[in-house]
Amino acid sequence: MEDTIAAIATSLGVGAISIIRVSGNDAIKIVNNLFKGKDLTKVSSHTINYGHILDQDKIVDEVLVSVMRAPKTFTREDVVEINVHGGIATTNKVLELLLTNGCRLAEPGEFTKRAFLNGRIDLVEAEGVMDLINAKTDKARDLAINQVSGSVSNLIKELRQSLVEILANIEVNIDYPEYEDIEVMTIEMIKDKLKMIKQKIKEILDKSQNGKIVKDGIKTVIIGRPNVGKSSILNRLLEEDKAIVTDVAGTTRDIVEGRITIDGIVLNIIDTAGIRKTDDLVESIGVKKSLSLIDEADLILFVLNNNESLTKEDEEILKKIKKHNSIVIINKIDLANKINIDAIDNDNIVMLSALNNEGINDLKATIKKMFNLEQIEQEDYTYLSSARSIALLKQASKALDNVEEGVNNNMPIDMVEIDLKDAWNLLGEIIGANYSEELIDQLFSQFCLGK
Amino acid sequence: MYEIIVVGGGHAGCEASLASARKGHKTLLITGNIKNIADMPCNPSIGGSAKGIVVREIDALGGEMGKNADKSLLQIKMLNSAKGPAVQALRAQADKITYPKEMLKTLKSTPNLEIREAMVEDLIVTDGVIGGVCLADGEKITSKAVILTTGTYLKADILVGDTRTRQGPHGEKPSNFLSDKLKEYGFNVIRLKTGTPQRIDRSSIDFSKTKVEEGDQTYHTFSFDMVPQYEIDKQVPCHLIYTTEETKKIILDNLNKSSMYGGLSDIKGVGPRYCPSIEDKMVRFKDKEKHQLFLEPESLYYDDIYVQGFSTSMPKDIQDKMVHSLPGLEHAKILKYAYAIEYDAIDSRQLKQSLETKVIENLYTAGQINGTSGYEEAACQGLMAGINASLKLEGKEPLILKRNEAYIGVLIDDLVTKGIIDPYRLLTSRAEYRLLLRSDNADMRLTDYGYKIGLISEDRYARFKEKMEQIKELEETLKNNKITPTEETNKYLETIPTTPLKDGITLYDFLKRPEITFEHVKHFISLNYSDVVLEQILINTKYEGYIVKANKEALKMVDLDNKKIPDDIDYDKIHNLASEAKQKLKQIRPTSIGQAIRISGVNPADISLIMVYLKKEYFYESK
Repeated sequence: MEDTIAAIATSLGVGAISIIRVSGNDAIKIVNNLFKGKDLTKVSSHTINYGHILDQDKIVDEVLVSVMRAPKTFTREDVVEINVHGGIATTNKVLELLLTNGCRLAEPGEFTKRAFLNGRIDLVEAEGVMDLINAKTDKARDLAINQVSGSVSNLIKELRQSLVEILANIEVNIDYPEYEDIEVMTIEMIKDKLKMIKQKIKEILDKSQNGKIVKDGIKTVIIGRPNVGKSSILNRLLEEDKAIVTDVAGTTRDIVEGRITIDGIVLNIIDTAGIRKTDDLVESIGVKKSLSLIDEADLILFVLNNNESLTKEDEEILKKIKKHNSIVIINKIDLANKINIDAIDNDNIVMLSALNNEGINDLKATIKKMFNLEQIEQEDYTYLSSARSIALLKQASKALDNVEEGVNNNMPIDMVEIDLKDAWNLLGEIIGANYSEELIDQLFSQFCLGK
Repeated sequence: MYEIIVVGGGHAGCEASLASARKGHKTLLITGNIKNIADMPCNPSIGGSAKGIVVREIDALGGEMGKNADKSLLQIKMLNSAKGPAVQALRAQADKITYPKEMLKTLKSTPNLEIREAMVEDLIVTDGVIGGVCLADGEKITSKAVILTTGTYLKADILVGDTRTRQGPHGEKPSNFLSDKLKEYGFNVIRLKTGTPQRIDRSSIDFSKTKVEEGDQTYHTFSFDMVPQYEIDKQVPCHLIYTTEETKKIILDNLNKSSMYGGLSDIKGVGPRYCPSIEDKMVRFKDKEKHQLFLEPESLYYDDIYVQGFSTSMPKDIQDKMVHSLPGLEHAKILKYAYAIEYDAIDSRQLKQSLETKVIENLYTAGQINGTSGYEEAACQGLMAGINASLKLEGKEPLILKRNEAYIGVLIDDLVTKGIIDPYRLLTSRAEYRLLLRSDNADMRLTDYGYKIGLISEDRYARFKEKMEQIKELEETLKNNKITPTEETNKYLETIPTTPLKDGITLYDFLKRPEITFEHVKHFISLNYSDVVLEQILINTKYEGYIVKANKEALKMVDLDNKKIPDDIDYDKIHNLASEAKQKLKQIRPTSIGQAIRISGVNPADISLIMVYLKKEYFYESK
């Protein structure tokens, strides 16, 4: 009984179409559950079917789905391939849906491995398969380090710690029932903690940097004094990428003035009302307003004029943005240098001339580097693992729903604990914690027991 | 010439020799002191959380511990009775005189089994195969298989304060050379440590200052094949007390006198995390004001009271002060002082799942020599070693219990796959599928095996089959009978109270409602089944969702466990295998993909590489 695996089969963010491959006994069933169109469980083998992928009732994408039944497939298992419309956000969302609905993310080289084990690939190729697994694993291992940002990882560790404390308490009540001086973990006590943990998971899901970038794009604000060339830079960026969508209300609550995609990742230029009409942001709404914009943004592009010296306001803004993801753009390098660059304390300074279209690529490269977009673009793993993390978080949240259901049905605490442990394990998977003695260690460090 | 020699007459040795002899093999049990057969050198109790379930598993396989405990109990309780069925387990106070006496009686009346008093100091090994044992006086006794169940006797040292004395529990003779010989044969010998508290003269305790802990007011037996041998009202109580501030002060002031805290500088043994000494507890949990202690009766035939929770390696004068600081024990007379004991054990990763050693063929080990702690843990290994040594001599496949079949399976798999650092105690949290490994269904899980091996009689098996039939019959009856939303029915349902019906519903589904019991079902249909039969259906209906999920998870594991790795696999030939994984795999030599996955340090990619390699080299079937 092999489980059903899924992964993105094309390199990401480049092509117009991405293919997500699903293989295993439940491949057709799982995809069918997300698919609006023909009943895929009834279509003939090796057919391509038009329809939509749904997240509950919401359409995620218009897709073509190839259904191939075993054994005449790459893995000799049932295989479904979903052709989605490129774009990291969509591809990621579809993968995440598959992972939350019963698929497991394929390990490196796993499709090939299955093809081999099921006799689809010749024995002579075995060494090749092993090299492939190894090569992919090495890359995945390197990239896995960046998989979850430090702050999210810490949050998850905290949640796991709260969970393991509850678990250890329940376990100790079970394994050492005679200890009257140990607090008995009751359903009532779990209820409160559960609520807190679920709320935190929700927050992580909302805030998760990777998830947010993939889902919503990068909230970007361009600030600077009048006539430094903010609109020209914006227009240059837009020229570079024709895929601009104007005045779209994004999935975030922000009003999106414009969208720029850099290699498949969306930059949402937020709340810059009039930025392309008037050039007077700082003057009209003042430093105060721009400071509040800074707090909301994922990325701040602060534009300065190479031909003018720094003002007090500039310095104030520079100080403020230092703590944020920010890039200082020195525009107008075609003019004489009057600005004191040494006085600008920022890790990311880009020199450009919007007029001569110089340095725009440097700006893009800096943005890409800042958000690890390089890796998202070239290596599916970082990006995959973010879909994986989101799916795991959602599953953990679902496990906690089950805990609640058990609680409401008056199940004994050791039954409820099964789902609680599930949630703990799922959270552990996200950060790669799988130390099997962890719970038992906790038990004996948290409680005083012995003969 | 014997077929099987068992070395050691503790709980492991008793089960091993009984299993072997009952299976018709000429068996010799060698013990240092026949009076110490089935001795309980530490706490006077059998069972407990997880352990109580193991005792029932031993019974279902045809072992003796359950029956013997039933014959000698002073008090019995179902632990966790307010919790779910998965974590309930029996715990009994057993009489330290009756228990060994009954066991010896059983051993002596078992055909094919001889008992002999002697010390074994070496093995006869020819070309890596066991051929018997050598006694301390040089005599050689030959056999086809040997089972070592030496407990804490290998190079045993008793530690009290700053003294170290080479002796076993109760001052028994230790085995001084056997562990050195084992080392020479290629075993990795490790040093472990455990301890036991004081015994107090019953008449010197003022029980009025303690809290009484009674046994249950319902009858229980460990064995599925026994009727209760005790009277509810004649159970002997235990007593609960707490340490005082003075106790804490005495211990902390004299910490450096404890063997473990500087009294002795040469301690190598690793003590169990779950059984810290009282000084450990005081140090590690500094903020805790008081610690709970149980006063447990050891026997009806003598006056020792066991002070559970007070194990220590303090010198005797400090122990006097400590004991006298306890409520009710101000004038207590200490009959035996607490001590710690250090002993040799072998690296359990040098064992196969059958408990046969990888180092010497037909040599098996069981119990504390494998690094476990506890009578029940020892007994179940002894039973499995006895069964598997016999099966080997019969030319049959060993009996390997899976992690979803028995706590015994969990224990042995943990030992051989993960190895141990401190003495291993079973805990329910070690079992992934504890909902499947219940006290109530141990017979349903294992009686078939016991019967097939030949340790369960035809008679008993017929009774078991009858129970299974009844469960099936009741389930069908409930599934075939519906109740419909008539006015009368709904009126009755409101009195329970439970939600009235809108559509017809089978009685089986009706019983799934949390508030519904068989009393309510009997309103609609007359049922005549025993409580054990009703209990099974009740558990299956109430916890169906959880059980289905656990079974599904377990199936995945079984599937991986069924993917065998050939014995002769050469891990050096698998390119790209991570070096940590390679080293562990070579050391543990897992027999299945499932076992390999459970080795820490072996990653999914390593597993993939192994599977591809196996397919290439052995035309491995993956499905």
